[in-house]
Amino acid sequence: MFYVATGAVLLALLFAVIRAIRGPTVFDRVLAANTIGTLAILLLASYGFLTGRPEFLDIGLTYGLLNLIGTFAVLKFFRHGDLAYDITEDQEKPGWK
Amino acid sequence: MRTLVLATALAAFWLALSGHYTPFLISVGALCVILVVYLAHRMHIVDEEGQPVELFLAAPTYWLWLFVEIAKSAWSVTWIILDPRLPISPTFTRVRAGQKTAAGIATYANSITLTPGTITTGVSGDILDVHAIVKSGADDLEAGGMDQRVTQFEGNASTARREKA
Amino acid sequence: MEMIADAASWCLIVLGCFFLVTGALGMLRMPDVYTRMHAASVIDTIGATLLILGLIIQAGPTLIALKLVFVLALFFFFSPVASHAVAQAALHADVKPILSEDRRDRDVPDGPEAKSGKGARS
Repeated sequence: MFYVATGAVLLALLFAVIRAIRGPTVFDRVLAANTIGTLAILLLASYGFLTGRPEFLDIGLTYGLLNLIGTFAVLKFFRHGDLAYDITEDQEKPGWK
Repeated sequence: MRTLVLATALAAFWLALSGHYTPFLISVGALCVILVVYLAHRMHIVDEEGQPVELFLAAPTYWLWLFVEIAKSAWSVTWIILDPRLPISPTFTRVRAGQKTAAGIATYANSITLTPGTITTGVSGDILDVHAIVKSGADDLEAGGMDQRVTQFEGNASTARREKA
Repeated sequence: MEMIADAASWCLIVLGCFFLVTGALGMLRMPDVYTRMHAASVIDTIGATLLILGLIIQAGPTLIALKLVFVLALFFFFSPVASHAVAQAALHADVKPILSEDRRDRDVPDGPEAKSGKGARS
């Protein structure tokens, strides 16, 4: 029955990959990449159960952390064209007192 | 106090994740905990906002409520997706967050985003910009039910804080 | 007893898979990036939660179940942050959302609910 879970995750992955390829803007692709990361963790979990090796979950956790950092790095890069931008740029906006 | 809580949480996390309890691995873990706590101190993030212990005490009931909300709105978004006519009416709106701490407002904004069908796109002060996939979602937020629930949750947390003090 | 647990876990897993596939389908069908985010959040929240809850029941009270709980917590804390970041970046880059109504310029009332909230706090 873990086959069902793995298959469903793979199907969802396929849809997400199609969106990543077709996505008209870069943000569609980042969103799709983020979703692919989520689905990859779920795939690791269910595949781990399928093969009786749930140690895969450790990889999944690490992947989740990297996924967030990767999303932010890409977004920041496309916003500033640079990963080490000048922070004063953001402080012109009204925010916390 | 907060340092102690942070160190204990980190140590428990290490022990839970490692699963191997040889002296070498445990001492490496202790080293890591000390290093992380030291770095957190250097960054000045061991405070009420960075580590809201009080919020975690009141959290379980709030999470339960939030999960029910998520399930309800996920159900409606699912039917929107499966409907061949795709009956969406995307709406941008802005709402005021009635919470008084930064952690409270962050909780509210994240709860809005977690609920399928609504996404917080911007925060300035206590005004949140929200994108909703259907009009009724925006109407519900403007009515302020969730805002009140988060404020109540935050209030519970601050009562807990007073009792501890 | 074990059969009940098994049945419950399979129900959760199958339901979770249904939400996963629907969410991914929504990502294909929605017309612009903002609406796609809503479909993605169906995957990140309810789909992942149900699937992982089912796996937790299968794992029983072991270290594996605890790790699954960590994965779940990871989703719940990080997925809103990521979608918020994507939405904000898209707005910042002037990606125009398809809107049927824009109420962003509505003046936010210190409405009755906000006021009573404030009164209760002071």
